[in-house]
Amino acid sequence: MSAATSALFIAVFLACAVEAVEATTIVLAAGTARGWRSAGTGSVAALVVLAVIVAVLGPAVSHIPLTGLRIFVGALLLVFGLQWLRKAILRASGHKALHDEEKLYAEHLAEAKGQQARRSLLAPDWYGFTLAFKGVLLEGLEVVFIVLTFGANAKNVGLAAIAAGCAVVLIVAAGFAVRAPLARVPENTMKFVVGVMLTSFGVFWGGEGAGAHWPGSDAALLVIIPAIALFGIGLTALLRQSADGSGGAAELREPAGQAAH
Amino acid sequence: MSNPVLSKLRAFGAFWYDFVIGDDWLVAAGVVLGLAGTYGLHRAGVTAWWLLPVLLVVLLPVSLSRAASGPLLPRRTRGQRKPPASPRTPPAS
Repeated sequence: MSAATSALFIAVFLACAVEAVEATTIVLAAGTARGWRSAGTGSVAALVVLAVIVAVLGPAVSHIPLTGLRIFVGALLLVFGLQWLRKAILRASGHKALHDEEKLYAEHLAEAKGQQARRSLLAPDWYGFTLAFKGVLLEGLEVVFIVLTFGANAKNVGLAAIAAGCAVVLIVAAGFAVRAPLARVPENTMKFVVGVMLTSFGVFWGGEGAGAHWPGSDAALLVIIPAIALFGIGLTALLRQSADGSGGAAELREPAGQAAH
Repeated sequence: MSNPVLSKLRAFGAFWYDFVIGDDWLVAAGVVLGLAGTYGLHRAGVTAWWLLPVLLVVLLPVSLSRAASGPLLPRRTRGQRKPPASPRTPPAS
């Protein structure tokens, strides 16, 4: 496996793992509060819808000219990557509260428990069904987007799909093994790494789509990725100093046992 | 009372704005300008690969600075001692 292929696998794996953590949290809350049959039916129904979307979109994406696809996807990856990186740096430096899966799980659970039961043809409990369906469909759509765009740009949809499959299976298995939200997953660290990867691929593909020729071709990624990572770590350190200097936001730091950077 | 169709359209627009533009419009605008500039340099026959990395080096600190509401470098006057760290309180669960 070449270095560029490894970078593709890692980027897709981590990005999909983050989405899978969020979907698993919602399904666990729906199953615990409303019953596993409805949550399971909702999840399976969402997976069927996703399969139809992949069957329609997959061949369509492969027909788009590569230059046009690279500039469009490069722009989206750059915007999304910079958003993720920005949030991860703000969280790691104490300027923004950390994403708390346990808190989100408790909120979903309380909301689900507060709803009245309503039977439907599809499931014994309609609320549990729709909660799981929406969670899996929305997060699943992001996984599909990641696989198709990364895979099509790198001309390796198969590898992107394998990376996504590994991430989803691993996270779902871990979530159901502990039957609890995956609060110990260092989510901010993963988001930082994903932000670095999305931004790096965005710079590379966006530049190529706009006509730039990178020195060293694909090997340029091996310089871009660590350079952006180091730049992000440096900015985190600077922002942390400024937070310490002003005395503010110290209480927003993450709890012990959850790495932020 | 507001028109329900209008409210739905507004909510739809807000969803896409939030999804694509996110918290800082400057980032999205900078990316579009960067790609357009790269294309312009390429068309003019000038080496263009350096523009996006340079843009990133400018854009990310500016956006972070806007979010943190102040300059990134800590403002400490000479001789000023750092105050003792306040006890950390765990986030609400």
